[in-house]
Amino acid sequence: MRRNARAVAVLTSVLFALVFMGAEKEKAAPAARPAAAPVKAKIGVIAIVTGPGAGYGEAIVNGVKLARDEVNAKGDVNIELKIEDSSAKQEQALAAGQKLINSEQVVAIIGPTLSNEMKVVGPEANASGVPILGTSTTAKGIPQIGKFVFRNALPESQAIPASIGKAVKKYNIKKVALLYGNDDVFTKSGFDTMKEVSEKLQLAVLTVQEFQKGQSDYKAQLTKIASLKPDAVFCSALYEEGAVILSQARRMGLKVPFVGGNGFNSPKVIEIAKDAADGLIVATPWFEGRNDPKVKAFVAKYEKTYGKKPDQFAAQAYDALYVMANALKAAGKADRDLLRDALAATKDFEGVLGKFSFDAERDVVMEPTVLIVRDGKFQIFQ
Amino acid sequence: MFLEQLINGVTLGSIYAIVALGYTLVFGVLDIINMAHGEIFMFGAFVGMLLVSKAGAPLPVAFLGAIVVTGAMGLLLERFALRPLRGRPGASHLASLISTIGVSILLENVAHRIFGAGNHLFETPFAEIRFQVGSVTVYLVQAVILLISLLMMAGLALWLSRTRAGKALRATAENLETAGLLGVDTNRMITATVVIASAMGGVAGVLVGMAFNYINNQIGLSMGLKGLAIIIFGGMGSVYGAMAGGLILGLSETFVVAYGPSGYRDAIAFATIIVILLIKPQGLFGQALPEARR
Repeated sequence: MRRNARAVAVLTSVLFALVFMGAEKEKAAPAARPAAAPVKAKIGVIAIVTGPGAGYGEAIVNGVKLARDEVNAKGDVNIELKIEDSSAKQEQALAAGQKLINSEQVVAIIGPTLSNEMKVVGPEANASGVPILGTSTTAKGIPQIGKFVFRNALPESQAIPASIGKAVKKYNIKKVALLYGNDDVFTKSGFDTMKEVSEKLQLAVLTVQEFQKGQSDYKAQLTKIASLKPDAVFCSALYEEGAVILSQARRMGLKVPFVGGNGFNSPKVIEIAKDAADGLIVATPWFEGRNDPKVKAFVAKYEKTYGKKPDQFAAQAYDALYVMANALKAAGKADRDLLRDALAATKDFEGVLGKFSFDAERDVVMEPTVLIVRDGKFQIFQ
Repeated sequence: MFLEQLINGVTLGSIYAIVALGYTLVFGVLDIINMAHGEIFMFGAFVGMLLVSKAGAPLPVAFLGAIVVTGAMGLLLERFALRPLRGRPGASHLASLISTIGVSILLENVAHRIFGAGNHLFETPFAEIRFQVGSVTVYLVQAVILLISLLMMAGLALWLSRTRAGKALRATAENLETAGLLGVDTNRMITATVVIASAMGGVAGVLVGMAFNYINNQIGLSMGLKGLAIIIFGGMGSVYGAMAGGLILGLSETFVVAYGPSGYRDAIAFATIIVILLIKPQGLFGQALPEARR
C-alpha cells in the first residue's frame, strides 16, 4: 500500500509536469515568390501547406493565387508562383527558402507563415539580397532582420492602440482593469501593449488580473474587477478563454466595454459567448463588411473560387502580391535590388486592407479598422 | 467583496470536493487511483449540457441523465478494465491503474470526436437570478451548487457510517480478503463503489457546467488533476479528507486571486499543499499506518 501511494505520487507529479509544460501559441508568417512583366517574374511562396497551421497556409496560398490571376490578366506584370511547404517547421522553411533563392532563382519571396520561420528564412534571404515579404508574421523585430525583409501583417502593437484610443474617446474612459493570460507569449505581449497605451493615455489602472490557459473559472478575478467599478476592461486572451471570460463577466453584471487584442478578433467569440459578446471592441487589419468596392469584389471572387469567405490571412496575402506586382512594375524588370528599392518606396497602396505603406523600417503603416460587437455581429465602431 | 469571494471559494471548493470524493472512494476499496474518473466526470458534464442546452430539459433531468450515463460508464469500467485484472496471478497491482489510464485516453478522444475541441455553452435557466443579502450579491446557481454538494457529502457520510452496505464497503476497504471471509460479497461491493464514484463524477460534471457556463473535452484532465492533488492532501482514501481538502483548495485559489497576485493562483495553492504534506506526510486526515485508511 505504501508502495502504491508512492507510485501514485510519482505518477501524479509526472502528469502535473506534463500539463504545466504547456505549449506556446504561434502566429503565422508569409510566403514569397518573385514576379516579372512584360516584367516577367518568378516569386516564391513559403507557406504551411501541410500539418498543424495548414489552415493559415491554405488561406495564404489561395490569396496569392487569386491576386496572381488578376495581375497576370492585366498584363503589366507576369508573375509565376513557386509554392513551397514549410510544414510549420523552421528547418523545412529554411530549406524551402534556400531552394527558392538558389535553384529557382526567384526575384522575391512571400512568406513564410510563422514569425519563428521568418527568424531563420529572413536572415538567409537578406544575406542573399532577395526581398522577402511576410504576410502573417506579427512578432516584434521581423522587418528589423535586414533591409530586404518586409511585412504587411499588422502587429498587435499597432492594432491595440487603435482600438483603445477609439474606445477611450467614445466612452470617456478614465479607469480600467486589465486581464490577461500570463502563460502565452502572444497574450502577454498584447497585455504589455495595453499597459503601455493605458499609461500613455493616463488612464487609471485599477487592477491587473492574470489567468492561465485552460482555466474555466474566472469568477474570483471578475468579482474583484467588478468591485472596483472600472469604465472598461482591457483583456488580452485567445478566443476560447476570451469568450468564456466575457460570458462570466456579463452574468456577473459587469457590463462595461471590453477591449480585446487580436486573439478576440474571431467570429468564434460570438459563436461561443452569444449575447455576452456585445460591447467587445477589437481592431483588425481586415474587415469583410467594409463598404469598399475592392473589398466586395475580392470577397465575392474568393468565395466563388474557393467556396468560403476570405479571412485576414487570405486578404493579407492577396494584398502582398499586389504590392509586389506594383513594385515590379515600378522597378521595370525582375531585378532583386531594384525590386527591393521599389518595395521600400511603396506608399498609399490601396488594397483590400485599406491604405497601406511601408515605413522607413519596412514595417506596416496602415489605419486598422476598429470593430465592435453589436447584435451578435462585428460592426464598424464609430 | 470578502463575502462574495468567500461564496465563490466555497462553491469552487465544494465542486473540487465532489470530484475528489470519486477518487477517494475507489482508492479506498481498490488501492488504485481511477485515472479515468476525470473523463467520466467530463462525460457527465456533456450529458448535462446536451440535456439542458440542446434538449431544453430541466436541471433535475440533467442530473439524472448524467448519473445514469456515468454510472453505466463506471459499471463498464469495472467490468472490462478492472475486474479482468483483479486477482490474476502475476498481474501487478498497478496493472489496473494502467488500464484506467487507457480508458481515460480513450474517453477523452471519444469526446473529442463527438463534441469537438472547443468550448460548449452550458445554459442554466436561472443563471442570472441573484439576490442581495445586505451588500452581498448571491447567485441562485451558487446556492444550488452548494446545497447539492452538501447534500451529497452528507448523504455519503451517513451512508458509509450508518447503513449495512456502507459498513460492508468500509470492511471491504479495510481488508478485501477478511471482508470476503466474513460474508461480504466483495465483487459486488467493488462494483457498487466504482458505480457510485462515477455517478458522483457525473453530478460534479453538471455542477461544473452550471458554475462555469462552459465545458470542453479538457476539463476532465484539469479538474482530475486537482482532484488527485486533493486526495493526496486530504489523506488517501479518506472521505473527510477529500471534503476538507477540496474546500481548502477552492478557498485558497479564490483568495489568492482576491487579495494576492492572480498569476500565482495555482502556485500558491499547491505550495500550501506541499507545506502541509511536509508537516503531515500522510495527508490531513490520513493515518500514519499505511494499511489503515479512513
